[in-house]
Amino acid sequence: MVDDQGGKGDKIPFMQQLLDNPFLLLCIGIVMPTVFYLIWGIMEVISIPLAN
Amino acid sequence: MANDTQFRTCPDTGLKIHLPAEKLIKTNAVVAVVFLLVGGLFGLSVALTRWPAVHFLPADWFYLALTAHGLDVLLVWIIFFEMAILYFASAILLGCRLAAPKLAWVGFWLMLVGAVMTNVVVLMGESSVMFTSYVPMQADPLFYLGIILFAVGALLCCCCFFGTLVIAKNEKTYEGSVPLVTFGAITAAIIAVFTIASGAIILIPTLMWSVGLVSYIDPLMYKVVWWAMGHSSQQINVSAHVAVWYLIAAVIFGAKPLSEKVSRTAFLLYILFLQLGSVHHLLVEPGLSSEYKIFNTSYAMYLAVLASMIHGLTVPGSIEAAQREKGFNKGLFEWLRKAPWGNPAFSGMFLSLVMFGFLGGITGVILGTEQINLIMHNTLYVPGHFHGTVVAGTTLAFMAVTYLLVPLIFRKEILFPKMAQWQPYVFAIGVTGLSVFMMGAGTLGVPRRHWDITFTDAAMSFDFPGAAYLMLGLNGVSAVVASLGGAMFIIVVVGSLLFGKTKGEAAPAPAAEAPPTTAAAQYGSAAHLEVPGTFALAMVFLVSFVLYYFVNWKYLAETWGLS
Ligand code: HEM
Ligand SMILES: [Cu+2]
Repeated sequence: MVDDQGGKGDKIPFMQQLLDNPFLLLCIGIVMPTVFYLIWGIMEVISIPLAN
Repeated sequence: MANDTQFRTCPDTGLKIHLPAEKLIKTNAVVAVVFLLVGGLFGLSVALTRWPAVHFLPADWFYLALTAHGLDVLLVWIIFFEMAILYFASAILLGCRLAAPKLAWVGFWLMLVGAVMTNVVVLMGESSVMFTSYVPMQADPLFYLGIILFAVGALLCCCCFFGTLVIAKNEKTYEGSVPLVTFGAITAAIIAVFTIASGAIILIPTLMWSVGLVSYIDPLMYKVVWWAMGHSSQQINVSAHVAVWYLIAAVIFGAKPLSEKVSRTAFLLYILFLQLGSVHHLLVEPGLSSEYKIFNTSYAMYLAVLASMIHGLTVPGSIEAAQREKGFNKGLFEWLRKAPWGNPAFSGMFLSLVMFGFLGGITGVILGTEQINLIMHNTLYVPGHFHGTVVAGTTLAFMAVTYLLVPLIFRKEILFPKMAQWQPYVFAIGVTGLSVFMMGAGTLGVPRRHWDITFTDAAMSFDFPGAAYLMLGLNGVSAVVASLGGAMFIIVVVGSLLFGKTKGEAAPAPAAEAPPTTAAAQYGSAAHLEVPGTFALAMVFLVSFVLYYFVNWKYLAETWGLS
């Protein structure tokens, strides 16, 4: 009763469209950690100067 | 539509059950439990070795057992069980056929072959590299190959899961949005895909290195990419066990989430931020910048912690709401006192929730704080923390849901109901001890993964305070209790499957109201929203959290005295 399914004929709200689309969520769930964790981390490791 | 002979209707719950999916759920769950037994025995032997008065295993066997323990429980038990959950949350809860059961079986066999292969090479010695297998320690190539096969198998199972979602949508087996439990499973599956991809990125080159095709792997690079798998895999567990909490609350109480929106948004926060927390494993690496560390473990991670606190609030909240609707309205806590504490599915689930929050959650934030991490990094505090998350949280939740699956999916009555009734309590007491005493020893500086803290043959000696030895002894005792609780679980489950009375297929007299399970298979929030008891509990949690957080800053401040 608190949140019903966007009422008949209403436009489905953006958040609900997002939450109802597992493949979009899958993309987000892969892009976020790939960018902020993996790519950023790998860039940091690569930019450590080599000892000589 | 699929052939209707492939379905049965559950006489207890009214759920429409796809038989091939049911068979997969059974098989995955049974294999999972077998590996829990094997891995648990290794855990017991490790704990007995760390008990100085017992010092059970010789050094080489200790590291072998520790490797096997980590792999068998953390990877094999949990992920096999999660595959069963994925099939349940898709095919069964959506009342639809499972996509590509053949592919799911290929996945199952890859996982099984991989798990057995890794176990065999570990048992042969020469691969005691711990489950983290940090380079330049090198294991047998089959060690890495086994894990890769296991991961590929799990990926195939995730594909079947996503395929089933598509089928359910196309065949309109549900209306509107998927149920919340399924949404939690989607979260778990998404994190699983990232986990497995990261595992492939790091383990395939490592496999090539172990056979000599690659000459060098940078240790820091290895750690960064490996933890994308190692940490994320823990977040599959969190998402899955939170979904299980909602499931059990729905099945036992007919509880509906306080707000579908809020709970789903919390899962979305998991999808967005949980995996970034991987950096907490790298907090003492000198090569990485503070910006990287702090962005990922603080700003981003706190949003994921927030999500866990939301679930920790809304799951008991939904139970309170359901109980109050039934008239358990006296005082703050009648709803909780009158809960079915003798039902192991409920008691296991509730203990899992409380212990995950207090033991695993609070300490996780402590470890994830860059500054205070320093006083605990690589001490026994770390295993103490994650036995609070992955054992008290995930394993106990999975045990609890097994008490529902045995009658529902296996159609067997629980054998030894008295033992089943006690089992969650015994296990919880043991695991609480494991967690608390390992953390206690860790706070005193006792290292993790260490065979001999007396340093008998070491060139430089070091004496730990007597309290550290006491902690390790108490830890050993707790390990025995936890193992007893684990053994009770195995006896009840295996006994019920082999010798339990098969439940009749005849439908019971039609119930006046819809069976409570329907709450698990539908979208919809609770009508009753006043949950003062839950808020009181949440306040207790927050106060403990804040106090403990500052106590640890105090410890840190004492490390370098100012005078
Ligand atoms: C009877 C139950 C269990 C007992 C007695 C037990 C005991 C222990 C002990 C004493 C350690 C060693 C800490 C060290 O020396 O560094 C350990 C490590 C570990 N345990 Fe458990 N444990 C149990 C169940 C579990 C379960 C169910 C899981 C996972 C779901 C788990 C996951 C782990 C992991 C990942 C490690 C770290 C291994 C490593 O450092 O490589 N344990 N356990
Ligand atoms: Cu982690």
